[in-house]
Amino acid sequence: MKLAILHELNAERAARRPVILVTDTESGEQRLVKANDFAKDPLRAELDKQLRMGKSASVEAGGKKIFLNVYAPTAKLVIVGAVHISQALAPLARSLGYDVTVVDPRTAFASPERFPDVPLVAEWPDTALPPLNVDAYTAFVAVTHDPKIDDPALLHAFERKCFYIGALGSRKTHAKRGDRLRAQGANDSDIARIHAPIGLAIGAVSPSEIAVSIMAEITAVLRLPPKEKEEAA
Amino acid sequence: MLDRDEDILKAAEDWQKAGRGVALATVVETWGSAPRPAGSSLVINDEGTFLGSVSGGCVEGAVVTEAMDVIQSGKPRMLEFGVADETAWNVGLSCGGTIRVFVEKVG
Repeated sequence: MKLAILHELNAERAARRPVILVTDTESGEQRLVKANDFAKDPLRAELDKQLRMGKSASVEAGGKKIFLNVYAPTAKLVIVGAVHISQALAPLARSLGYDVTVVDPRTAFASPERFPDVPLVAEWPDTALPPLNVDAYTAFVAVTHDPKIDDPALLHAFERKCFYIGALGSRKTHAKRGDRLRAQGANDSDIARIHAPIGLAIGAVSPSEIAVSIMAEITAVLRLPPKEKEEAA
Repeated sequence: MLDRDEDILKAAEDWQKAGRGVALATVVETWGSAPRPAGSSLVINDEGTFLGSVSGGCVEGAVVTEAMDVIQSGKPRMLEFGVADETAWNVGLSCGGTIRVFVEKVG
């Protein structure tokens, strides 16, 4: 591997941008493909698929054996609301490999007793969220039921282009939320990005079951190709 | 398998910049119950120091030896190993597997 490629690879990884290292394993020739350049790459179908799966693999292309080494950032989950559902959601998300942070300005909720071993930020979203580097490899859920907390958090999630945004609340609650967010500058395509009611429809009742439905939905958005994703939603 | 091998690739860059000969070994294909998935890697320098893993310990010794040759020659090489049933059992697998490892010089 050329030092320039290695250097660029390390820089992209440090910046949490996904890249795939393409190696012709016979000649040793290599190139680094950034996610933004997938669309114009001759191997785009394979690159898309492997990145979505987060899996490295050998493929055959043009009679050559090519190894695609996938470097995808660790997915993050930001949970706004240190509520009962979050107590089940945080450990479940961690077991699925997410870096989890819980944000809630209400210190009675955001207590280490309720969330052992989970990074907690007991601040309002405007203070808590910017240092978390919320990005396109972040799933973002707002579950406080309190517009004073959820709304600014959701606006932040739109701006940072989170791959998944979910919010707790019935269709009626969500319609009102849409009106409030539009009044604060969000557009219709932002609002349409919110998964609400949150989670896949699996008839979840308990907080733990709701946590399962949320992580199932996040997994579907992360892993499924766009068409199948629509069908699952 | 997200964002793994953080320190491995960093070490590869640091060692190379410090003037060491460096090679990178990467699992490119697996069959059966291989202990480490494709993309797992091992970085080796010309002092024989290595970081990471391509098999959870079974074939690292052989990979390091081959890597020394690759650092010398600069020519990449493909290695193939069968993972013995006994070894597979130790890492919690019920049957053996086979892995192919691509070894290349860095720099």
